[in-house]
Amino acid sequence: MAPKTSPEIGGMGHSVKRKEDPRFLRGLGNYVDDVNLPGMLYLDIVRSPYAHATIKNIDISKATAIPGVLAVITGKDLEKYNLHWMPTLMSDTQMVLPVDKVMYQAQEVAAVLATDRYIAADGVEAVEIDYDPLPVVVDPKKALLPDAPVLRTDKKDKKDNHIWHWEWGNREATDKLFSEADVTVKEDIYIPRIHVSSIETCGCVAHFDKVKGKLTVWMTTQAPHAIRTVFALVAGHVGLSEEKIQIISPDIGGGFGGKVPVYPGYVIAVAASVLTGKPVKWIEDRMENLQADSFARDYHITAELAGNKDGKLTALRIKTLADHGYTDAAANPSKFPAGLFHVCTGSYDLKAAHVEVDGVYTNKPPGGIAYRCSFRVTEAVHTIERMADVMAHELGMDAAEFRMKNFIQPEQFPYKSALDWEYDSGNYAAALQLAMDRIGYADLRKEQAEKRARGELMGIGISSFTEIVGAGPSKHFDILGIKMFDSAEIRVHPTGKVIARFGTKSQGQGHETTYAQIVAEELGFPVDSVLVEEGDTDTAPYGLGTYASRSTPVAAAACAIACRKIKDKARKIAAYLLEAHEDDLEWEPGKFFVKGSPDRAKTIQEISLAAYTNHPPGMEAGLEAVNYYDPPNLTYPFGSYICVVDIDKGTGEIKVRRFVAVDDCGNIINPMIVEGQIHGGLTMGLGPALYEEIQYDESGNILQGSFMNYLLPTAVETPNWETDKTVTPSPHHPLGAKGVGESATVGAPAAIVNAVVDALWHLGVRHIDIPITSAKVWKLLRDAGIKG
Amino acid sequence: MAKVPITVTVNGVEHSTEIEPRLLLVHFLRENLRLTGTHIGCDTSHCGACTVVLDGKPIKSCTAFAVQADGRSILTVEGLEQDGKLHPLQDGFFQEHGLQCGYCTPGMLMTGYAFLKENDDPTDDEIRHAISGNLCRCTGYVNIVKAYQYAAQKMREGGA
Repeated sequence: MAPKTSPEIGGMGHSVKRKEDPRFLRGLGNYVDDVNLPGMLYLDIVRSPYAHATIKNIDISKATAIPGVLAVITGKDLEKYNLHWMPTLMSDTQMVLPVDKVMYQAQEVAAVLATDRYIAADGVEAVEIDYDPLPVVVDPKKALLPDAPVLRTDKKDKKDNHIWHWEWGNREATDKLFSEADVTVKEDIYIPRIHVSSIETCGCVAHFDKVKGKLTVWMTTQAPHAIRTVFALVAGHVGLSEEKIQIISPDIGGGFGGKVPVYPGYVIAVAASVLTGKPVKWIEDRMENLQADSFARDYHITAELAGNKDGKLTALRIKTLADHGYTDAAANPSKFPAGLFHVCTGSYDLKAAHVEVDGVYTNKPPGGIAYRCSFRVTEAVHTIERMADVMAHELGMDAAEFRMKNFIQPEQFPYKSALDWEYDSGNYAAALQLAMDRIGYADLRKEQAEKRARGELMGIGISSFTEIVGAGPSKHFDILGIKMFDSAEIRVHPTGKVIARFGTKSQGQGHETTYAQIVAEELGFPVDSVLVEEGDTDTAPYGLGTYASRSTPVAAAACAIACRKIKDKARKIAAYLLEAHEDDLEWEPGKFFVKGSPDRAKTIQEISLAAYTNHPPGMEAGLEAVNYYDPPNLTYPFGSYICVVDIDKGTGEIKVRRFVAVDDCGNIINPMIVEGQIHGGLTMGLGPALYEEIQYDESGNILQGSFMNYLLPTAVETPNWETDKTVTPSPHHPLGAKGVGESATVGAPAAIVNAVVDALWHLGVRHIDIPITSAKVWKLLRDAGIKG
Repeated sequence: MAKVPITVTVNGVEHSTEIEPRLLLVHFLRENLRLTGTHIGCDTSHCGACTVVLDGKPIKSCTAFAVQADGRSILTVEGLEQDGKLHPLQDGFFQEHGLQCGYCTPGMLMTGYAFLKENDDPTDDEIRHAISGNLCRCTGYVNIVKAYQYAAQKMREGGA
């Protein structure tokens, strides 16, 4: 679709260069660790070497004897203020600092406050703690055995490690379809624990002004407003009052979900500042970030798919164990303890489905956050796209043909899924066909057959995913009771310049540019004259923040609606200035004119000035609007990815030769930024597919606790992504947009795994858990008698 | 801890000061000199967010002591822009959307600064190997490779 505005205005559809770049390119960004206040103290944290242990004694004397160490804070100190525990976003409880017991390796045990970051680290080394190790539970299946030690002894009457059971769908109808099916397939699919590893770790600078009673916290958070409210709720009893809490998210060095939770370090830093009246900085290092911050995934899935001989799918049945670590600190909407996992019927028209999930406690760090996805959507997509591929292979059908046969068809939208979601719009076959055309699918299948005849290993994998983003409609979506709307507040200044503020917070997505483009689209102000601000709770309107691809579906919609309120008023002002009836005015980007007399016009800049200098009698002066947008539905971006891999028989090494990604995120605000989001998302799909995993040994020791062995893809492993798009607007979003930040991370792993399994199917391989390392493939090849 | 004197030239400006011998170069730049464009992303020399150019070579300043820079010359991201004109690499990152959150960007720029001085007509593959010690979690590297190529072409044409 051609843009409606000129390049000078720069509305939707223009690849406007980013407004945030000039400061980043000069090293002049302002990230949390760049904040430097006079008299600032440094906090560093003592962490547990044990995964489960009783704390017998904490001796702080050697630490406090170090010149420059001001205090060592322990759980007992916080207990005096009833701040040693805090609620999680899932209404579980989490220790800030332990009083008597640690529950995972690297858990925070004490905090050292010092005048300098090196002295604080010296203090950490000098704190002496006596532990009494307890039996460790790392396997969620073993955690549910009757003789497993009960981990949450803090919870009265808790007799096991089971957190919750959740199920959705029609069990009877599903079971019946399975009993009647010609073909069923079943796989155990483990989606391992992984970590977002944004290149900036987490941290904060807390500053409590004792005279004003005001707390200001610069913080690596994706949801500053929600954090403010949480602080007020948790620490109201020690005098923190919400109007005197200011959370500032400065520039954020990547979030991906890892900067949604409240980590103990933030709370300890705030407590230290409130107690001392001094600014306190806490910045975690990479090992702390990897070892203690919220993980993602860790789903042990058993999935079954039923279908007919002719290749038509009928039903899906899933049972899952969700390993949450020692507390459920996921960041899901309250109603959905397994997030939106029940979008697991994917892009396919199934008659029935049933899904069960059980949450389990283990001696691991808490979490269950997303990893660049909307509340467990990746787990859902990975499961259905793997199972669809297994079924296609089982039936001897081509994976593309099989998908085409089972897709929800364009005329079925809005489509009610077997698990009750209402998909807004889609054209799945068009996206897959475009991907097939782009990659040359038929030729690749021919090449594969020839290579297989020669004994070479080549695979082609497809993933035709459907996402579910934009949480969310208030009737179903809240976090701690706060409805998941989002907001825009737009003010037009007399000289025709605009400031627009939002409840979201970019962590690299480019909001300062894209929101400005929406203002340009709706009101015709050149994008250069629109300043976007987010992340300061004192100035921005309340919103739930940026995660789960919700900024475009929710806050961008709020932006459009607020602009339309302004435009309504601008029309009235223009009618007054032009001495015309407002119904006789027409709009073209940047001006109103009288129908049939294009010379009789008022530009939006002239109208802006008039709003403050010559507004109609009886009308309020000014030109501004606020909107809190409650989306009527979620949006359902989709796409089809095709991956080609070559496998080295000698080493098991997988080479991603080509990867074509066709995405459909509805109407596009900035094509350059959308493509960049897809490139990044694909790479965060490649990582978990082939390299990234966090494991623990039987004693609960983390095995991938630094970048030495938690392997992020470098430029060398990352292929040259090929992208394309179809455009199917969302019918309910004011701009027809759907959101795109996470699609590629959601869709990519299944394409890669399907390609690898496709290369090895003839050797009897049906499924391989991610990450598919060379070692795993090498072993499969040797087991199959293949020699390099 | 006893301090030792050092003299370091950073972005063309000479600094003589006394520091603890254990002070990391990255902290010297960020905290003593308040040049906060150089970032810290890991503890193990893997991510490259802290890359600076020391006597023409890119190094990871989180894995060097400030005293090791005594008598030497450092270029940081703040020193790339000259007379109000962005370095071709900075311009390339802007034109090709080579950055998103911006956190790895200074390290990527400094690695590129040293690399393109040695190879101003690289293949994409050579660029990918050159930046393999710099991790980016946002861009998927495709546009960073394009940004390097943009800069290389400008530099060949005599833009810098």
